[in-house]
Amino acid sequence: MNHATQTPATVPAVGDDGRGDRVWQHHRGRRGAAHRPRSSQWAAWGFLVPIVIYLLVFYAYPLYRNVELSLRDYTVRSFVRGDAPFAGLANYVKVIGDATFGPALWHTVVFTLVSLVFQFTIGLGLAVFFTRHFPLSATLRALFLVPWLLPLIVSASTWSWLLNSESGVVNDVLGVFGAAPVHWLTSPDWSLWSVTIANIWIGVPFNLVVLYSGLQAIDRSIYEAAELDGAAGWRRFWSVTFPLLRPVSAITLMLGLVYTLKVFDIIWIMTRGGPSVSSTTFATWSYRLGFGNLLPAFGPGAAVGNLLIVAALACGLIYIRVQRRQASS
Amino acid sequence: MGSVGISPRPAYSGLAALAALALTGGLVACSSSSGGSDNPGGASQAAGGGTYTIWDPYPQHDASSDWVKLLGTCGTKAGVKVERTAYDTTDLTNKTLLAAQQGNPPDVLIVDNPVVSTLAEAGVLTTTEENKLDTSAIAPNLLAAGQSAGKTYGVPIGANTLALYYNKDVLEKAGVEVSSVKDWASLTSALAKVKAAGKKGITFSAIGTEEGSFQFLPWFWGSGAQLTKLDSAEGASALDLWTDWLKKGYAPNSVINNTQTTSWQEFASGDYAFAENGTWQLANAKKTGFGYGIIPIPAKAGGTAPAPTGGEFVAIPVQSDTKRYATSQQIVTCLTSTDNSFVTTTALSYIAPTQQVQDKQVAENPDLSVWVEAVKAAKGRTSDNLGTKYPKISEPMWGAVQAALSGSKSPPQAMADAQAAAATATQ
Repeated sequence: MNHATQTPATVPAVGDDGRGDRVWQHHRGRRGAAHRPRSSQWAAWGFLVPIVIYLLVFYAYPLYRNVELSLRDYTVRSFVRGDAPFAGLANYVKVIGDATFGPALWHTVVFTLVSLVFQFTIGLGLAVFFTRHFPLSATLRALFLVPWLLPLIVSASTWSWLLNSESGVVNDVLGVFGAAPVHWLTSPDWSLWSVTIANIWIGVPFNLVVLYSGLQAIDRSIYEAAELDGAAGWRRFWSVTFPLLRPVSAITLMLGLVYTLKVFDIIWIMTRGGPSVSSTTFATWSYRLGFGNLLPAFGPGAAVGNLLIVAALACGLIYIRVQRRQASS
Repeated sequence: MGSVGISPRPAYSGLAALAALALTGGLVACSSSSGGSDNPGGASQAAGGGTYTIWDPYPQHDASSDWVKLLGTCGTKAGVKVERTAYDTTDLTNKTLLAAQQGNPPDVLIVDNPVVSTLAEAGVLTTTEENKLDTSAIAPNLLAAGQSAGKTYGVPIGANTLALYYNKDVLEKAGVEVSSVKDWASLTSALAKVKAAGKKGITFSAIGTEEGSFQFLPWFWGSGAQLTKLDSAEGASALDLWTDWLKKGYAPNSVINNTQTTSWQEFASGDYAFAENGTWQLANAKKTGFGYGIIPIPAKAGGTAPAPTGGEFVAIPVQSDTKRYATSQQIVTCLTSTDNSFVTTTALSYIAPTQQVQDKQVAENPDLSVWVEAVKAAKGRTSDNLGTKYPKISEPMWGAVQAALSGSKSPPQAMADAQAAAATATQ
């Protein structure tokens, strides 16, 4: 999540800063560099080399390996010997033809969309709520960060205790109101909702923090002007806050999407993707194929992982597109 | 997934270790492979002169434990220094495959028994013909898990298996005489009495991982079914038994998501009459504060059902320098010799793989006799020449158990679908 804090900062810069001026300055700076002595160019390359090596070793190579894994027919024997035959798209065909593919795709879409909608709405609601200063508001806001600070294993285990069908607190509370116990984690009708609820709870603080800082950046004077024009309450929120928050909202949703697509720990700890694939997403399926069995299926596992990466990449490209269009209009 | 039945805290042990580290502010990211290892750099020194590397899946045993001391002693006897690294069970298979790929596997590897056939298939392990290990004293049913296509790839270091723990107080209140529980019918009627007395019947683990298959197998095999034909009438009857227990409320719905550890926690609450669990819970059973007993899992028509064997094999991975095998063989022989086998199995709370040591164990601790009987009746999951086919059958099988217990399919339908999936996968 490190990049989460960096990217929003760059958004306004691309947007509406005096563009022409900057480009010109940049241009002149470059020309100046061409006339400088060689040594400084070497120095420039020197500064560049570590980051390039870092990117190659930690990003490009693993990605390449993952693609290669998915294109070869790996067995444990050929994995050790490194002589797996090239299989083309056979692993992808196998994965797409698998009985788990349809349900896993559907679960991934539902899990991601429902999580995003609720995380964002609740996060935005809380962010607007906390812009008013009242006693203990800072303390309360800090408390809302707890889900984010807890290690996922702790929060997921806690959720799975809460939702246990036999001895879970949630069913006890429901029982007080006379409701029949719900098999949160063990019924195919509920398991996906249970992990989604847990994921929403974990994702709210991130949305709260980013949207809250976005709200802080909106100029007070605009609100004052709106007030003079007679806008208050909902009107002020829809006409002033929401449009001005759009760039921050977009990046929050974008990061939330990438983050939610790859959620694995919560689901694995709470349900192992079960009962019988009812809460399996691409992320847990990929893990099950590659590591969740006595006999690892590296090829198909990598193929599912790559499909996830492609999905995230596609969403990223759409985001950049939309951003550009907004910036140019 | 050796999670099943090795350490006192199977499957969850890795997660628990992570949680503990996380809670104490440790770095979650690097904890998975470092749990309890004495020498994180040991792997790379496999080729070093007088140093021999040993990898085991027992991070719960640290340098001061009897187990690690024994490793040191056996190394000294063979005239070399031993470097031991402990991995989490689930980690060990992948670590070994990677090390073999890089050409620096350990000299001695201790690995969960169903993984042996996978590693053998990968060409990572030497056969007993190559490494000259003596397996003549080992019980054949235990050794079978390490055999494939007529070759043997290691020696079992010890075995454990499943049986039924029962709560004496609960049974007494329900008016159940435990000696009356001899087959499925009498067990089910005992559960009915327990439920009528206001207590809970039985808890087990039917989670959607290898652990679920491990727990289902005694009932599956106890029905007379074979892993090569999941959808036989017998196989479906085993699943029907479990499904019926859930429907009638004899077993809690939470079994669908129970690991063996969470299932044990349910039993330890004192509300349950029976729990299906393993040898490794013996120490915890003494801490529960209620009277408990252990009976073998009954087969459908009576007698002891074959339960799957848990426990590890000691194997000697393939080295480029084949001269190392002689010393490795000495170390392994030392670890598994009659004298040391008693120390090893006691340290790891296992049942010994040889008759001689089993007798000695029972003489010292009569409580173990029911476990010795269970281990004698037990069967390796990869036995019957299934080898690497087993994982491809096990996955559809635990899927069928999940589907039937959660009510999404009828038991015969679930088993028929599982058989179809297994047949495609093992072609």
